[in-house]
Amino acid sequence: MITRRDFLKKSVTGIAALSLPLAAFEIIDPKKLMASEAADKAKVRWVFLVDTYQCVGCGLCVKACKLENEIPYESNVTRTWVERYVITNDGKFHADSPKGARDGFLTTKIDLGEGKTEDIRKEDIAKAFFVPKLCNQCENPPCVQVCPVGATYQTTDGVVLVDRTWCIGCGYCIMGCPYGVRFFHPVYHTAEKCNFCYHRITKGLKTACVEACPFGARRIGNIKDPDDPVTKIIMTQRVGILKEEYGTKPQVFYLGLDKEVR
Amino acid sequence: MLAHGEIWTIKELFVYPNEFIYWSVQIVMYPFMTGLVAGAFVLSSLYHVFGIKQLKDMARFALVFSFALLFVAPLPITLHLQYPFRAVNVLMTSHFTSAIAAFGIVFNTYFAIVASELWFLYRKRFVDISRELGKKQDKTLVEKIRYLLFTTLTLGAYDISEEALHRDEKAVKVLAGIGIPVACFLHGYAGFIFGSVKANALWMTPLMPVIFIMSAIVSGIALCMLTYIITMEIKKFLATRRNASRGVFRSKEEIIGVEVSVIKMTAKYLLFFLVFAISLELLDLIFRGYTAVKSWDVLRSVIYGRDFIDIFVLQYGIGNLVPLILFLIPGLTIRRAVLGVILVLFGVFMMRWNVVIGGQAFSLTFAGYMHYHMPIIPHDWNTFKEGLGGVLSIAIMPFILFWVIAKIFPVFAETPNELRS
Repeated sequence: MITRRDFLKKSVTGIAALSLPLAAFEIIDPKKLMASEAADKAKVRWVFLVDTYQCVGCGLCVKACKLENEIPYESNVTRTWVERYVITNDGKFHADSPKGARDGFLTTKIDLGEGKTEDIRKEDIAKAFFVPKLCNQCENPPCVQVCPVGATYQTTDGVVLVDRTWCIGCGYCIMGCPYGVRFFHPVYHTAEKCNFCYHRITKGLKTACVEACPFGARRIGNIKDPDDPVTKIIMTQRVGILKEEYGTKPQVFYLGLDKEVR
Repeated sequence: MLAHGEIWTIKELFVYPNEFIYWSVQIVMYPFMTGLVAGAFVLSSLYHVFGIKQLKDMARFALVFSFALLFVAPLPITLHLQYPFRAVNVLMTSHFTSAIAAFGIVFNTYFAIVASELWFLYRKRFVDISRELGKKQDKTLVEKIRYLLFTTLTLGAYDISEEALHRDEKAVKVLAGIGIPVACFLHGYAGFIFGSVKANALWMTPLMPVIFIMSAIVSGIALCMLTYIITMEIKKFLATRRNASRGVFRSKEEIIGVEVSVIKMTAKYLLFFLVFAISLELLDLIFRGYTAVKSWDVLRSVIYGRDFIDIFVLQYGIGNLVPLILFLIPGLTIRRAVLGVILVLFGVFMMRWNVVIGGQAFSLTFAGYMHYHMPIIPHDWNTFKEGLGGVLSIAIMPFILFWVIAKIFPVFAETPNELRS
């Protein structure tokens, strides 16, 4: 007969074994080891180049993105958007992005939220420009770091993806992103973000926003390919990145970035 | 089609399109509830570990109450999830770079400690009841259920010799000792969840876990005092009634005497932790103002402008300063203590509110603001669970659970015999 001491001992061992999460076994997964080696050799790292001098704020990129990626057209969330910045002669900064600029900027008035607008006289404007935004596919993504279930992850070619079947919808990744690119999908209710149209770029196509931009303000490229025109620009010209103080190492590069850009 | 959070968020000036108040009132409740758990446990450990005899009556009470709160603590965070039924994924594929991933482990460890401490504390009672009912012939249905329940709870350990009981006591002491750091960890960890979000200028500070622990202990002690007073008042009421009918071992006067001395003693510990909590919070505020990094302009406009009433009037004023004065005035009465602890609980709740909601009151652009309007009248499941209805459900639950659990683990001496021991 089993003694109580033995029973307790065996129970404790059993519980300890059961409570060991499956994730713990991943450390020694040989497949993963091989994959990480392959990643080093991988010759692809997707990056994005935005030329703010070319952007006119038409919003065709936002439209195209919403349709391509099935983000409900009327919802006030979007994977990519365009911001308008107006700096007046008194040094004041004004910015807006009504509906993410899905319909472009229909008026010269600055949207202040709550239905209020601010009219700025033309002669008061010192400088004004548009800045398209999208996921920065950070090299050190805080969203991936904070996901408690590993439902968001970085591919070997640098893009951060979300697994809709595994996301629990805690919103920690949304809070963790300094760029505000994440949101809950209004239909799937899981974390959602720009993924450089991963379904397209992995098949040799360009992203929907790049295709839609009539002015060449948006370009996608492979930073590991020295002959890629995007790589050449990033390597030879003065490019900026957004919010580098967070240490996220963003991979969307900007030409003509202003100090006022948030 | 409304995006999540859109219904209770009002945006002002320049805010990124996808920004809404994603962490709403349930995330305020989450640290508030875990704080109460941790605080109640620490209070009970003051007696078991440090042998503060005056807290004996409170210790058992606090431990059982902490157990009741423990069941409620994970509910707010689960209710907040878009997919509550996927919560188990956190245990299945824990992604340990995330602070939330460890929640299951930390929580279960703590649960195991509290449960086993309770078991050692009440083992003799289980054995007594099980034996007594075992001997009885012709058991009624209720007695049969009770017999089954208490026999199961003995876990087959029927040895209640002097020696065995002494070992139990030792085990309680050890568990209470291990429990203190684990309780602090459980709650400090809740602080870490916020403090480690580098994208949020208000949250990111290494002080956050410590601030959370201190305010947790404050709120836990306050709630224990409040519930203790309520329970004693009921006892008093019953005692006056029972005195007349069947001879009772504790007179009304006796109960009042015990109550006042316990409350006075506990209030001292409350004061100590309250002062510590306020100092840390003020240190954080002063430090932010003094260093004035990039985010300070927008933070200042939120702290001293938009949220001034919430922070300085409701939290620091009514929630901290007033109770501090109430407890410092000599000759503490029960009535004053009740007012004091209710205000303290309110203050700690406002602190959680000002961290969670206040942290989302400004945009990541540092050039815009968001206002949270808590849904009061729900019109769907979402506005219920992340609105007033959800908050009240969570707030009431521990008391109902305590009432049930206290039937198995009675918190007050039941017989004159127990009273003497």
